[in-house]
Amino acid sequence: MNELMRRMLFLPEQGTSYAADVDHLHFFVISVTMLAAAGVAITALWFFVRYRRRSEREATPRVEPTALHEVIFVGVPLGLFLLWFAIGFTQFVRLKTPPRDAMDVYVQGKKWMWKFAYPGGPNGADVLKVPAGRPVRLLMTSQDVIHSFFVPAFRLKQDVLPGRYAETWFEAKAPGRYPIFCAEYCGLGHSAMLGEVEVLPQADFDAWVAQARASTVAHAQDMGTERIDVRASLVEQGRTLAAEYGCLKCHSVDGTPHIGPTWLDLYRKKERLIDGSTIVADEAYLTESMMDPGARIVAGYKNVMPTFQGKIPGPEIAAILEFIKSLRSDAVRTEPSKGPVYVPVPGYDPAKH
Amino acid sequence: MSPSPATIPPSTEVPLFNERNYLNDKAGVWSWLTTVDHKRIGVMYLVLTTIAFALGGLFAMLIRIELLTPGPTIMSAATYNRMFTLHGVIMIFLFMIPAIPNIFGNFFLPIMIGARDVAFPRLNLASVYIYLLGAGVALYGMIHGGADTGWTFYVPYSTTTATKVVPILLGAFILGMSSIVTGINFIATVHTLRAPGLGWMKLPLFVWSIYATAIIQVLATPVLGITLLLVAVEAGLGFGIFDPARGGDPILFQHLFWFYSHPAVYIMILPAMAVISEVVCTFARKNMFGYKAVAFSSLGIAFVGFFTWGHHLFTSGQSTLDAGVFGVLSMFVGIFTAIKVFNWTATLYKGSVAFRTPFAYFCGFLFFLVFGGMTGIALATVSLDVHWQDTYFVVAHFHFIMVGGTIMAYLAALHYWWPKMFGRTYPEGWGLVSAVLIILGFNATFIPQFLLGNMGMPRRYYSYPPEFWPLNVASTAGSTLLAFGFGIILIYLLISLKHGALAGPNPWHSRGFEWITLSPPPADNFGPVNPVYIHQPHDYQHPEPGPVPAPGPEVPHAS
Amino acid sequence: MRAEARVAAEAHLAHHFPNLEQQAHAARLGMWLFLATEILLFGGLFVAYGVYRFLYADTFKAASTLIETHWGALNTVVLISSSLTVALAHHEAEHGSMKKAGLLLLVSVAAGAVFLGVKSIEYGHHFHEGHLPGRFYTYAGLQAPGASMFWTLYFLMTGLHGLHVIIGMGVLGLFGVLCLRGKFNEGYSTPVELGGLYWHLVDLIWIFLFPLFYLI
Repeated sequence: MNELMRRMLFLPEQGTSYAADVDHLHFFVISVTMLAAAGVAITALWFFVRYRRRSEREATPRVEPTALHEVIFVGVPLGLFLLWFAIGFTQFVRLKTPPRDAMDVYVQGKKWMWKFAYPGGPNGADVLKVPAGRPVRLLMTSQDVIHSFFVPAFRLKQDVLPGRYAETWFEAKAPGRYPIFCAEYCGLGHSAMLGEVEVLPQADFDAWVAQARASTVAHAQDMGTERIDVRASLVEQGRTLAAEYGCLKCHSVDGTPHIGPTWLDLYRKKERLIDGSTIVADEAYLTESMMDPGARIVAGYKNVMPTFQGKIPGPEIAAILEFIKSLRSDAVRTEPSKGPVYVPVPGYDPAKH
Repeated sequence: MSPSPATIPPSTEVPLFNERNYLNDKAGVWSWLTTVDHKRIGVMYLVLTTIAFALGGLFAMLIRIELLTPGPTIMSAATYNRMFTLHGVIMIFLFMIPAIPNIFGNFFLPIMIGARDVAFPRLNLASVYIYLLGAGVALYGMIHGGADTGWTFYVPYSTTTATKVVPILLGAFILGMSSIVTGINFIATVHTLRAPGLGWMKLPLFVWSIYATAIIQVLATPVLGITLLLVAVEAGLGFGIFDPARGGDPILFQHLFWFYSHPAVYIMILPAMAVISEVVCTFARKNMFGYKAVAFSSLGIAFVGFFTWGHHLFTSGQSTLDAGVFGVLSMFVGIFTAIKVFNWTATLYKGSVAFRTPFAYFCGFLFFLVFGGMTGIALATVSLDVHWQDTYFVVAHFHFIMVGGTIMAYLAALHYWWPKMFGRTYPEGWGLVSAVLIILGFNATFIPQFLLGNMGMPRRYYSYPPEFWPLNVASTAGSTLLAFGFGIILIYLLISLKHGALAGPNPWHSRGFEWITLSPPPADNFGPVNPVYIHQPHDYQHPEPGPVPAPGPEVPHAS
Repeated sequence: MRAEARVAAEAHLAHHFPNLEQQAHAARLGMWLFLATEILLFGGLFVAYGVYRFLYADTFKAASTLIETHWGALNTVVLISSSLTVALAHHEAEHGSMKKAGLLLLVSVAAGAVFLGVKSIEYGHHFHEGHLPGRFYTYAGLQAPGASMFWTLYFLMTGLHGLHVIIGMGVLGLFGVLCLRGKFNEGYSTPVELGGLYWHLVDLIWIFLFPLFYLI
């Protein structure tokens, strides 16, 4: 019965016993909803047929409710609603109370991926490996904007915020792989911010942890399922490539004047050239500058840039261009916000001022 | 000034179409731009909100087309994110909140209480210009790319995005002022301009609900105003009110935002309920079953609705106690809707029910409100919300209420009052056909979205894993039916303005108060007669007088 | 009331109101509703203040010692006095002394100008010291979490209040001039009454701002 209703309602599998309990409440609520809607519809339909208009101006009796009517109209729904609240809130409290022996995992959401860290190692991204049959507590934060850690199979969701930790927990019943979605809109890569919970038998999990800690590779976790969309990280790739190809030796990214024009606010900027003409630094000009640097030089700079013709493949040029485009004074912040530094000033006693 | 007697000399002929009406009273564009006639203002809002609806609907269609395939279909992620933001902002602030109150409230509130205008006619005109200014500022933002934050503007994303958030925020702020001004006007009107003898317990139920809406508009909208202003100040100037690095709290934004935006949903549904109360009584030829309960339930929704905003924050990281308190209070607000639903249905009992186009919309409304409303109760059940929050289940829920509820009622209002406003009727056959199309299209669009939510598809997703594909296709297919239905309505209504059959003062033989005027009404609503009210509205206990010997404008009987 | 006054007042009666009393009643109701919206507008900021004060109690206490209480006290006296003059203006208007009413209103406007002058002295001092909102905060003497938030709230709340003072000055100034020109009389002085209500609200908001920023 549980399985039948679960399938009819398109619910995912019940990865935890909590999920199964939540589903039972769901079935209760939705069945009553359907009955109520059908009941009202059928009653209205019956009245419409039975009391259909026979002449345009006929009179009708005045019908007023009795107190009993209103008591039933109020009491029955209210009783049901409060019952549902009681069951649902109890379940919610259960969700908010991780057991004392839960295993901790630190989760960090950032645009646009999930990172996981186990106390004592290892660290990784995208795949959260946990043992079956053991409560796992997630301590979660965000590096930039609000994200939301959502595992449909566990009926589990928790928003992650910058500057604070949120906690939630689950106990997976059996080995399996369950998708993780980000459920709070966070920009271009929101729908690509996917992950997976991989539930392993306890022994396999222990073996993996031991092997990962012993491994000399810095990031021991598998990075990727085909779910990851590289479009989301073009800017990041461009940043890396710009460093690799040596661009940043001559071009600053923060407005500082250097050997070449700064990349900050460069995209679509009107530049004055050595020969007196003006151009707009669009994609075409920027690409040309990489391939044939001496063709059109910005006034005030020397012709010292080497050519990268044949050295950078097309997709990498695109990544560098995207990186340049992202360098705007009013651009999206991709690092954590840099606030004022709070260092207690020696000798300042608030009570004295 | 003593009221004139409540009877009209029988020699007065009531024309089928009132030749000297508010539409041709003064000619020329300038007379419309400077009008203080509440009826003309209502018509202006009809035009403006229809344009807004078309624009918001266009964005909706583009969203649905993009979601036809799991990957990119017709646009980039950046464009898609702006599309759903603008769809939300336009639909909510430019259509859902203003439409029924500013069109039908403006047109009929004074007429229903026997007044010649609203309390502050010039302020009424100002509200139109404020609306236009807000729309213009938002449009400016749209043209320059528009925001990509979602209509909820959650921080820190909205304060750090490079898109044009500030004009959209300021546009919404200005539109909020238009809403406040309308609310003040309506409250003052109901309190001070009721005709002699028209006590509160004789007011049409439409007036009660519009009044309750106005209270929410006045009390809730300013909080939205200051909240959006704070986001604009942080986004534009870096003041950091919500920035954790400067000691700010992003959840404070959510509390402030939803303090308005939850009552806002009642601003969107109460006027719909106002219309339905009138439509049910007219098409069942019956007094409302439980007038007092329905009247007070409007106030109940307005009052309790202010205390439930935290149910939007169940997964935000707020405390468990908060979740409990808001969860319980949310259960209470549903009771008032339940009262209305049962009373409307019971009104059909022993009535004289005629299935005309407005009634068809009532049927759709009733079913969708029960189903959609109860999914709202389901969402308020805290543990269930943890799964559904920010998924398509929520999207389906609020579209059930806003489209299945409010827009059905809006269409009911349009078809119910069209003959009064413009003196002409529309072809009933086409009316019923488009009602069926819309009801079917609506089901096909949004029921798959409940299932998508159950499966776990999050909101605001540009691309999605392939298991969500079939239901998305189904939803898009339904939306084309819906769009088609709206298109047909627009066409036959426009045609009827010139070629529709003449309506007469009371084509529905209703005993609602607004039907005592001519169709279309004269500029001063009632001509030389001041209405006097003796009975409750929708009193059908006695057969209506026939057209012989000479029809007079209907006045309440003194029997 | 004098017969000529009633006749002149009747000229202000709109077509949809049966009599002047009803119209004035509606205008007053409308004004009170508008004042409610203003209270809620500021309410959002007061809520933010409450939340951050709770979170950063010590820092806020320290920061408030950096504000000079005497300026705030002076401003409080100025505003309360201007509320008195406004109330007197309404009283005079109701009794037909339009000249006195107009002058009293203009005195209130002057008080508003004094208020703004004092505030600009204060703002100048804060700009100089680096007591500024958000990312502009540069005061080295108090570096603790929440320090810049105090000033963010200070400038937003007193700034929004100052904007309302300016608007109020415009409204009272206009009505003061109209009083002196004889546009109102004892039969119709609703604008004076409503303008006075607005000014009283502006004063009331300051009476809450003063202790929250200067005293605690």
